[in-house]
Parts: sequence; C-alpha cells; structure tokens
Amino acid sequence: MLDQKIIEQLEALAGKENVLTSKADMVAYSYDATADMPNQTPDVVVLPTSSEMVQQIVNLARENKISIYPRGAGTNLSGGTIPLKKGIVLSFQKMNQILEIDAANLTARVQPGVVINALNSAVAEHGLIYPPDPGTVATATMGGSAAENSGGLRGLKYGVTKNYIMGMEVVLANGDKVRFGGKTVKNVTAYDFSNLFVGSEGTLGIITELTAKLIPAPKYRRTMMGIFKTIADAGNAVAGIIAAQVIPATLEIMDQMTIKTVEDFAKIGLPTDAKALLLIEVDGNSEDVVVNEAEAVMKVVTENNGDLQAANTDQERDQLWTARRNALPALASLNNTVVLEDATVPRSHITDMLVACEEIGKKYDLTLGTFGHAGDGNLHPTILCDKYDEDEISRVHKAVDEIFKAALNYGGTLSGEHGIGIAKMKYLEDELGKSGTNLMRNIKLSLDPENVLNPGKMVPMQEV
Amino acid sequence: MATTSAGDTTGKTYHDELAIVREELDKCMKCGNCMAVCPVYGAEKVETSVTRSKIAVAQAVLDGKLELDDPQVYQMMFNCLVCKSCMTACPTKVNFDRIMLAFRAALVRKNGLPWLKKMIFSTLKHPKLFDAGMRIGAAMQPLAFKGEDGGASITPRSPFAKFGAGIGMDGERKMPSLNVKTLRERVPEVVRAAAPKMKVAFFTGDSLNYIYPDAGMDVIEVLTANSIDVHIPKEQNCCGVPVLVHGDVETVRALAKKNIDAFEKTGCDYLITACGSCGGAWQHDYTEILANDPVYATKAAHWATRTYDISTFLTKVITLREPKGKLDKVVTYHDSCHLKKSMKVSAEPREIIKSIPGITLKEMKAPDTCCGSGGSYVLSHYDTSSAIGRKKAEDVTATGADTVSVGCPACMMQLFDNANRYGKNEDVVHFVSLLAESYRREKSA
Repeated sequence: MLDQKIIEQLEALAGKENVLTSKADMVAYSYDATADMPNQTPDVVVLPTSSEMVQQIVNLARENKISIYPRGAGTNLSGGTIPLKKGIVLSFQKMNQILEIDAANLTARVQPGVVINALNSAVAEHGLIYPPDPGTVATATMGGSAAENSGGLRGLKYGVTKNYIMGMEVVLANGDKVRFGGKTVKNVTAYDFSNLFVGSEGTLGIITELTAKLIPAPKYRRTMMGIFKTIADAGNAVAGIIAAQVIPATLEIMDQMTIKTVEDFAKIGLPTDAKALLLIEVDGNSEDVVVNEAEAVMKVVTENNGDLQAANTDQERDQLWTARRNALPALASLNNTVVLEDATVPRSHITDMLVACEEIGKKYDLTLGTFGHAGDGNLHPTILCDKYDEDEISRVHKAVDEIFKAALNYGGTLSGEHGIGIAKMKYLEDELGKSGTNLMRNIKLSLDPENVLNPGKMVPMQEV
Repeated sequence: MATTSAGDTTGKTYHDELAIVREELDKCMKCGNCMAVCPVYGAEKVETSVTRSKIAVAQAVLDGKLELDDPQVYQMMFNCLVCKSCMTACPTKVNFDRIMLAFRAALVRKNGLPWLKKMIFSTLKHPKLFDAGMRIGAAMQPLAFKGEDGGASITPRSPFAKFGAGIGMDGERKMPSLNVKTLRERVPEVVRAAAPKMKVAFFTGDSLNYIYPDAGMDVIEVLTANSIDVHIPKEQNCCGVPVLVHGDVETVRALAKKNIDAFEKTGCDYLITACGSCGGAWQHDYTEILANDPVYATKAAHWATRTYDISTFLTKVITLREPKGKLDKVVTYHDSCHLKKSMKVSAEPREIIKSIPGITLKEMKAPDTCCGSGGSYVLSHYDTSSAIGRKKAEDVTATGADTVSVGCPACMMQLFDNANRYGKNEDVVHFVSLLAESYRREKSA
C-alpha cells in the first residue's frame, strides 16, 4: 500500500477526480487482454490530462521509488500493462485529443489516448488513412499501439506502426520532456529516437504526443478466397503470389482446425475437409493495376489447385471476410481460455510452421488452431484450454515453448506484433543471445536507472 | 462449452444463484471490444465504466476478493444502461445482461430491495427530475394496485410505483395525479376493424399506457386500418423490465405470469408490442426467468415466438396497406437499443417510414448508439446520461431532419428532453404515428 501522503500529493497534482483508489477500481486495472497472466492490482490509478502533469507524477514516483505503468486501452496481448510490482497505473484515456490534421503534409498530431479508429474517421474526410490496423483498431489507442509497435492485417503491403510514427513527445524517467522528429519526410538529426521508443513497451519513457504519417486512401480493391486440399498447395500459392510481383494488402491463412471450427460456429459453407484457406485482397489507386493484380492472384490460386472464390460486390466481399472475422471468436468459443501467440517466420517457411504447430498441438493433446498473416509470415497459433485444468495448462506451457523454438529454428522471431511484455520475456535470450539481452539492459538502465517505468516487462533485469 | 447458464439442474436460474453465472464470466477474454461501443465508457473514459471491468469485478466477488455489497461494486453494476451494445460487439458472445441481472438480484437477496433503492438514489444530483419521475409513478399507483387485496401481496404494475416505496414516495404520500386518461381507459378490450381478416393482442406496456397514450392509439388505428381486430386485455400490466433490471426477480416472475394469463385469454396468435423493452421481455426475459417453472416455462416459450414488434408484424406478417396520405417531413430514425439489439428490429421501421409519401429519411451518424435513457439510469446517473444524450441530439440535428422517429417510448422521453436542451427542438414521434398520420390524411383528402 502506498502512503496516504503520496495519494494526497497525486490528488494535488492531477485533481481528485483523476485519482482512483477504491478496491473495485484497482481490480479494473489489474489485467489486460492477455490470457494466462498473473493479475496484479495497482496501488492507485492516475488519469493525467497534460504532459506537464505526467512529468510531475514521474518525478514524484521516482523520488519515492514507486513503479509507473503507462496504459492506453489495455488491449495488448503480452501482459504489457499489468502492474506487476504494484504502484501507479497511468491511464491515458483522458488525453484523447487530435491536435492537428495537416493534409498538406500528410500528417496528424495526436495525444496518446486517441483511439486508432477515431483518427481514421477524422482523416477520412481528407481522403486519407492511417494504415496500421491491429485487430483492436476500434479500441486501442495511438500511444498504446506505438508503445507496442502493433501490426495488423495490412502489414505486408503497408507496414506496421513503426513505419507511421514520424515524431513524438516523451517524458523520461528523469522527468525530462523531449520532442523529436516531426512533419518532415526526411530527418536524420540525432539518433532515430522514434524507432527507439516505438515498441519500447513503456519501459524507456512515456509517450505524451505523437506525429503520425497518413497516406491517400486506396480507391479500388479486389477480394478473393482460395481453398486448398493440402497445406503445401496453400504455401506454394503464397510464394507464387509474391513471385508474380503482387503485394496484396491482405494475405491471410487459416488451417484445417480453424476452418472446421469457423464452419461449426458460423455455418457459412466452408468445406471442412479443406486443409488451408487463403483470403487475399489487393488494393490501390489505379483500377487497371488492381484488376491486373487480382487476375494474377487468381491465376496463381488456380495453378496451385486452389478452389477459387472472388467477390464482385461489397456484399460478396463481406461474405468472404466472414470466415476470417470469425476465426478468433469461433476458436474462443471452444473453451474458457484462449492462448493466442504470434510466432513469426520468414514467408518461405509458412507451410513448415503450420505443420509444426499442428504437430505440437497433437503431441501435447491440445486443441490448437492456427490462422494469421501468411503474407508476412506472422502466424497466430491459438490454443483453447481450460484454466481450471492444471494439467492441461502445464501442457500448454510446454507447447508454447516448442512453438517458439520452432519459429526460431526457421529463422523467425518470438513476436511479430504482440510484443514481449511478461509473456515472452523468458524466451528473449533464445533469440538475442546474452549480448542482446545485455544491450537491452544497458539501454534500459541508461534511461531508467531506478527501473520505475513498467518494471517486469520486456527487459530481463535479474542478471545485471 | 455449453452456454446454458439460464438454468441448472437444481431448478434455479442465475436470477436465484449467483454462482450460476460463473460460466458466463469465463467466456470473457478481456479483449476490450466492448470499449468501442459502451456508451457509458464513451462518456466517462474510465475502465470501471466498461463491461469487461464489470466482469473482472464480478469474478473477484465470486472468488471472495471483493464483497458483493462493497459500494464501489454495486455502483459499478448499476452504472450500466442495459443497452446490450457490448453483447453485439462481443466476439465470445458473453451474455452480459445475465451477469448484470444475476448480480443485481444477488444484491437484493443479500440486503433487500429498500436498501438497494436507497443506495442507488443516495447520490441524486437532480431532485427535480427525480420528482417528475415520481409524480408519474404516483399517478400510476392507484391503477397499479387496483384489484389487489391486502397490503402484503401487492404486486405493483408500475416500475415507478415500486421504486417510490422506501424513499419517501410510497402509497401514503399524496401526489397530484397526471391529468390524462390512460390508453387502456380510452379503449374497449376489443377494438374491431370494419371488415376484420384477423385478430391480434396488443401489449401496451406502461409507457404507452400512461405517458404516450396517443402513440398507443396510433398502433390500434394502424392495425384496424389494416383490417385487424385488436385485443387490449385490461388485466395486462408492466412488462417488468424496469423492475428486473433492479434485481427484483420475484416481482417480475409474478408480473410475467399475470401477463401470460391475460394474453392466453385473448385467443390471439399474435402479440404486438410497440416498445423494444416490452417486446424483448416477451421474446427473451420471460423464457429465462421462467425457464424452470413447471407451468409457465412452456407458455413463456410459446409467447416468445408469437411476439412481434408492430413494424415487423406490418411488414413481414401481413401486407401493409399502402400509405397514401402525404407528409411533408424530413425524418431521421433512432434505433432503440432494445428494439435493435434485443428484438433485432431495425430495417422494418425504416421500410415503413420510407413507404410514406412525402417523407425523406435521412440517416444520422451511428443511429444505433444509445440515447442515454436506460429507464431509471437517467435518474440515477444524470450526468453520464446527459452526456450520452447530448451526442445523440447533436447527431440528430446534424442530419437537418425536422422529425426524429423511434420505436421505443423510453427513447422518446430522452430524445424529447435532449432535442430541447441540445438540439433544434425537433419533433419526436413513434414511427407508427407517422403511418397513422398518413392514413388519416388520406381519409380527409
């Protein structure tokens, strides 16, 4: 428990209405969207309304050695916002103003609590979009998604969050406020700070403002689905599409287990004996180019023995998307706990990785379905289990260990888009080696020597 | 996993036993999709306002980590409009309405209804508004208690009357009566059409009966104009939803049974409602609360399939007599939460509005976001309700429409208030009144 004096000081800094302390309030900030994580209640939740207020809170916390956990919407999937060592949760949901939309420079300046979709709605009237589209666009905040470097379904063609953050204002652990980057397309002044803080998961500084890059909204699109009798055919189709020099906006894959579950759940007429399904969408601002790309994709699907469906209307497009949209809900309906991983491999190993996930599921007698972003090699092996069954949970943990091992063996990475947080910290050295984790600790300690910012996440500290 | 938490083998439902909702709680992944649609969270911007946190807190209560009657816990559980928006956005289909009702019912079992009412209304900020609500309640009270003998077994028909008791607004208190004749006083039990082709039973609900009797008259007029006899049983009473959402399950069970009895007597095959909450009660709530009742479970299930919103009945069951009277109006349509999310009715009212000559339907931004009414929520959480209502009023005004139409009387009250306060004083009408008006114009032309 925090000293009542600290609470009073926080109330003086942030206003009584922005400081929450009741037991029920603490429960409400004890979790995020990650399954199978330790839940921990904070001592206090503060909702700052300005970056100056954030500076004052950070100074108070550091002087009293109290941990701080910045939090957007709390929708991350790596345990990144859980207040593991108690202390202060800094919730940014009241700093949710879009400060400027600069259509001439294709940029927007926002406070961290702006929801991604809110930004997209606001820039839509200028014919622009902010492309990163994690599954949580309707809820996740710009600050949170920058801190987690969120990906999404359009990653292959449009990239991820880090490709769209041009500048920031960050409050450091020492209380300093720094601004860097901005509206210029080119900027090589000093270190590339944006890329240091994007994906830093709240461990290096607290993001209090962002300058985001916007692009013209694509005017045309074509959507297709290919259904395959073998995983190899689907994998070859993915490779074939890229070889045909088409970069689809979306290139999604679902394995047999996911197809079956979706069909049971949504009854949309998917063939349950199919081994894999690809959902492909091409888009762009030239109708000719988009049509040509769609034709090339359809040719590849057919050449690889795929059963092809193409959408000619928005309604048909919606039908094709139904399968993908239902993947997670359908799988989740099978049990009370959803362990959703994001192991990622080079695109050429998609088939190997899908087979490996299936075998690992069988080996540990688990219900495991895999879907994901085949175009960028980012898969979501999803295990459905009963949190009240200790034996099953221990098998889940072993299976997850093996999934990461397999991904690394194929030259892949632990996390394509969910981040390290609590969930994957123990695997970090497997990918980076001792020198890599040392580098992380050195960076962390030089910016936050007292380890007050989001402790227990991402950076393994114990071996200092 | 099975999702049948409506009842267990002991014959109890989640209304009677809190632990039964555990399975419902376990379905929640904490993904937070509810944040995108919860109107309360949208206005307040704290995690405690949103559904997933209420589920987390409910889990903490079941795990013994929080007390059921911790003030913060019950305040969270009552800071909900019961608009069911979260349920439509939920990927794992958590029936949050069950969780919320189970908790409210458990609170009533633990500390009693009078305690609960005192607690909910202890932080009232707008006594004048509350007083107005209570005046309506008082006006309803003589009717509500009519036909009951003695005091102990009283089953009030009005949610307001029930709520009045215990906060100084009980039957002892003299209140000026509202100087209106109720809908059911205005009409006989059966209103005949000129050349009837069929008959239906009309469940008026309290709001149409007491507050908007003219809209209720329009329902009857439209039905008879379509050659349908309308039965309006005098013995019907409140649907019970306003009482149910405050956890008083036993009263709702009694109300539901009485209503079922009253409608069985009509011999009609169709039960018509013109209020999303009432229709939702007949379609869903009665079957759930009576799931294990040896006599009424089957009856409730029967009526659930025979209940139609007036718009669905007119457009899907019969062939609507084409409206020919011209109304020169620009109309926007607000989707009532219970009409759209509980009864799944949203295309039908629009179809009716668009069929009326002279009317232009202009959609507002997000027509299915809540208006902020939520029954007594507007009384108990005035500030949040008002913030939500203001946004709705601004969306209405942005369409440039002169009229906002809706299919639920509770929304009508809220829209009326907010159109005055924040909008351009647009007319607020039940969509059925537009149709009735068109028929009348045709006749007088």
